[in-house]
Amino acid sequence: MTTTLANSELDVVALDRRAVNRTLQQAERGDFTVINPCGTHALACGLMNPIGVTIKGHTGYYCAGMNQRATITIEGNAGTGVAENMMSGTVRVTGDASQSAGATGHGGLLVIEGNTSARCGISMKGIDIVVGGNIGHMSAFMAQAGRLVVLGDAGDDLGDSIYEARLYVRGKVASLGADCIEKEMRDEHRAELADLLERARMDASPDQFRRYGSARQLYHFHIDNIGAY
Amino acid sequence: MCGIVGLYLKTPDLEPELGRLTALMLHEMSSRGPDSAGFAIYGGANGVSKISTLSRTGETNWKHLEHELEHVLGTDVQVETLSDHAIFSTTGDGQTARNWLIENAPDVSVLAVGSSIELFKGVGDPDAVSERLGLAGRTGTHAVAHTRMATESAVTTEGSHPFSTGADTCLVHNGSLSNHNRLREVLRKRGETFQTENDSEVAAGYLAWRMREGDSIDRAIEGALRDFDGFYTFAIGTKEGFAVVRDPIACKPAIIAETDQWVAMSSEFRAIAKLPGVEHAEIWEPEPGRIYSWSHAA
Repeated sequence: MTTTLANSELDVVALDRRAVNRTLQQAERGDFTVINPCGTHALACGLMNPIGVTIKGHTGYYCAGMNQRATITIEGNAGTGVAENMMSGTVRVTGDASQSAGATGHGGLLVIEGNTSARCGISMKGIDIVVGGNIGHMSAFMAQAGRLVVLGDAGDDLGDSIYEARLYVRGKVASLGADCIEKEMRDEHRAELADLLERARMDASPDQFRRYGSARQLYHFHIDNIGAY
Repeated sequence: MCGIVGLYLKTPDLEPELGRLTALMLHEMSSRGPDSAGFAIYGGANGVSKISTLSRTGETNWKHLEHELEHVLGTDVQVETLSDHAIFSTTGDGQTARNWLIENAPDVSVLAVGSSIELFKGVGDPDAVSERLGLAGRTGTHAVAHTRMATESAVTTEGSHPFSTGADTCLVHNGSLSNHNRLREVLRKRGETFQTENDSEVAAGYLAWRMREGDSIDRAIEGALRDFDGFYTFAIGTKEGFAVVRDPIACKPAIIAETDQWVAMSSEFRAIAKLPGVEHAEIWEPEPGRIYSWSHAA
């Protein structure tokens, strides 16, 4: 049921936010432009088809949440929880993103060209996140799977209580969280990092990065680790 | 959840628009705090002290209080009423007037005192509150405002923000403090008075106490970062400008935007989205535990 022609321009101020989302959710193909987002929450959420969406301006909370297969570009900043619980597809933010970017994401690629604040990739479950700038504290908290690439610096407690995600940071790490350690960069890691950087259209050499991941000491409760839980 | 906004004008061009722009921002934050609202407007300091007050009963005899205050201060006092609010203006000592009202007018709540600040608050839909209290028509140099969704204490006019923290300063808060009961007792012993069970009033009282002891606003906030246990984004209005601080874990949101004409802060960008010239603004999220401030003072 495709009700709207592709290549439409959707004005969030003129239309109801739900009308904009319904149009995007029902489209099966084509490219759409969304104008006047004005920080509105939950724009372009729950898209399930391989359409293209360009949002011109700054978005509010949970933009592009639960995305599957769509390619969404935010030409501006994104509020809390951009691409939260993404399943597949690509979301790109040309500016900065607020906290909890890519939270609980299962798959797909989230690219943030600027900085992102606290708890980036919290509980990530398979999503790939590439950040051009810095990330805030408690990023990749309880991360379970996926890759987080940071071209700038990472804030305090990176990878706290991490399970199996791989973290690559080019700049300084303020501190590592519980059970997160630096790990050896082997050829397989340089190769996957090069691929991620290329897909994110980021100009950086894999040789400049360090890898962090789980020490796997907190998987099961042990009384000796009580202070770390 | 609550919504907070602050708008600070760098040049006089927009001063006639301050109230209208603040009302616009407040409206956008209504969904974050639909149960009550309030605002503090700064401007027009000309050596006159202004005491912002609220009638608890709605039946206060303001003219009678005006005469009584003239007698107490030995100089002219003028009262201007609006809905359940009244502003007393006098060339006499504002603090003396404030203290006298607290002692002698039990049906009156003193909201603020200073040469620049006027403070208003009310229960109900934020748009209705700002309309009833004439926000859109007000002029000035800067403003802070708040929409409340009560979590820690009752929905009352007195529990609404902003809270005064001393002469010409006030505070709006998004978040909740865990140690406000103990802190309130400590501050009571040091001479602070509290009119509600509200946690944000304790934060205001803390800053008032620190500044009375000689701290600058920045030093007082540094103390707050040490002594407050809880979640908060604060916007603090001062005579010359405003300050913004978030707790070190950054549980509560905040965004700041700056142009050549203004600095705006809010819980969310949508409150800033319709300000004039926003397309050229530098926009960033304030870092946790860091104090940001703007001031007209040299």
